[in-house]
Amino acid sequence: MTRPAFKPGPLVWVALFVLAALLPLLQPGGFVLDVAINVMIWSMLAYGLNVMLGYTGQLPLAHAGFFGIGAYAVGILTLREGWNFWLAWPAAVALCALGGLLLGLVAFRTRGDAFSIFTLGVGVIIALVINKWDDLTGGNDGLNGVPPASSLLGIDFSKSANFYYVALAALALTVLVVARTRQSVFGRSLVAIRGGEDLARSAGIDVFSHKLRALMLSTAIAGLAGGVYAAYVGFLGSAVTGPTTTFTVLLYLLVGGVGTLAGPLLGTGLIYVALQFMKGLQDYQYIVFGPLLVLLVLFAPQGLAGLWNRAQMRRASARTERAVDHA
Amino acid sequence: MTILFQQLSNALALGGVYALVALGLTLVYGVMRVPNFAHGGLYMLGAYFTYAVLNGLGVPYVVALLIAAVAVALLAALLERLVFYPLRNAPHVHAMIAAIGVLFFFEAVVQRIWGADFKQIAEPIPGILNVGGVVITWQRLLVILASVLAMLGLNFFLKRTLTGATIEAMSQSREGARLVGIDVNRVGMLTFAISGALAAVAAALIAPIVSVAPSMGEVMNLKVFAIIILGGMGSVPGAIVGAFLLAFAEVFGGFYINLDFADVIGFAALVLVLAIRPQGLFRRGT
Repeated sequence: MTRPAFKPGPLVWVALFVLAALLPLLQPGGFVLDVAINVMIWSMLAYGLNVMLGYTGQLPLAHAGFFGIGAYAVGILTLREGWNFWLAWPAAVALCALGGLLLGLVAFRTRGDAFSIFTLGVGVIIALVINKWDDLTGGNDGLNGVPPASSLLGIDFSKSANFYYVALAALALTVLVVARTRQSVFGRSLVAIRGGEDLARSAGIDVFSHKLRALMLSTAIAGLAGGVYAAYVGFLGSAVTGPTTTFTVLLYLLVGGVGTLAGPLLGTGLIYVALQFMKGLQDYQYIVFGPLLVLLVLFAPQGLAGLWNRAQMRRASARTERAVDHA
Repeated sequence: MTILFQQLSNALALGGVYALVALGLTLVYGVMRVPNFAHGGLYMLGAYFTYAVLNGLGVPYVVALLIAAVAVALLAALLERLVFYPLRNAPHVHAMIAAIGVLFFFEAVVQRIWGADFKQIAEPIPGILNVGGVVITWQRLLVILASVLAMLGLNFFLKRTLTGATIEAMSQSREGARLVGIDVNRVGMLTFAISGALAAVAAALIAPIVSVAPSMGEVMNLKVFAIIILGGMGSVPGAIVGAFLLAFAEVFGGFYINLDFADVIGFAALVLVLAIRPQGLFRRGT
């Protein structure tokens, strides 16, 4: 029997990233690079969400807030404090991990629905504070003129074609970390928690500390994505840190396939690229997105990766049947 | 002292509206065990339906309010059939995500039809009432009275009628309710309809005071969720107490501390309560 699960092996991933690394050599227009970098940023955020929703089975709705914390930390540190981007970025990631720890200490006192609603409340607070704290974040006017990434090892990363590699490396790191985590004992314990908290606890898993660490990883990834966003876009507004962003990324994740390694990249790439080709549709975006979300959870809750799995399994079982017939 | 009473009347009116919206949400949660993220969307639609009926048909305010309530009730029942009923056995996260999709959809459709700008609904009884120096608008008084009336009506319905008792029974135990012969599907639809009607009434009441905009549902959504977590999810008295607590925290916090952060104060109170009592104020255990 073929392997039924939609799991591109390590070789496929390496090939994919090598191909992606070759893209700027083709001298594509700025538009292609822009779309590619955006897809990478948003799929990183989707990977972060996937660690919680896909592996741990908890739906946190504060992710855009942590994305915002990461982005604003990079923005404020480089613009106001004159830090080097390569220092500010890890600092932002660490800050988000710390934020995740603090959130988890309180939020994991609730579970299930209450956890989601609680984190949604926290997400709103983060967006509101960013919007109102004029002295620190520029408030409604936003933070304008965040400097692009500075040179490192003699490479000038302020050029879009070079910055592409920063985003690609960050995405590769994210995929690698998430994949390694999923394979580890820690990752398996998370999946056990998804299956049933009480059962996992009875098997000797420290549920609270596992969920806490998963949340920290998840928010750290959100901060990583935020840092890339800040340096790439150069302008930060509070709107992007609100729940709408979280929900949009949730849609990407659902389309691709929750709990799979390929899902976040697949879903983000597909929806984001499709939207670029339907600019006229952007006003209608949520008239389409809304019902799409509903239809997805009703009929294909596992997303594209899930549909692929089902097709594979059907083919595999058909093959076995044929083999039996021939026997 | 006058200012205190002034703020008090504001808080009472706001609390009444919060309570009506939160009651619908907590009823649905009690019966269906579904956090209906689309609830804020129903609230927003209630305001727009009132606006449309008032301007389109030129009927009196009360008639417009009732028409909007019926329309949103029907829509909510339809929503239960099309979305939440098929998802009743799926993981909770699925129903939540579907509800978010519905909320997006409502908002986008309303924005397409009526535009993103604010709409005004004229006060049915303009003017103010002056009681010993305390100035209160007729509309605020109307909001307070109508919301109390609606809450009393709901209480009578839940406690004194057979249909209401089935809702209570189902929120206590779905299986038990089914065993004694309650049609759980019908009760589910009915609960959704009631929650929609309550949300529409609340929206129609507050619409002349705040203005009507597509985003009003999102903000209200977060607040009523904060309220029902505060009160204990599924608890009816908890929703009412939570609603007034939040309204008082917002009005007085906004007045005495900082108006810009009025919204944050409400959520901060929620975070605080949950940190101390994760199961909410009115629910034992989890």
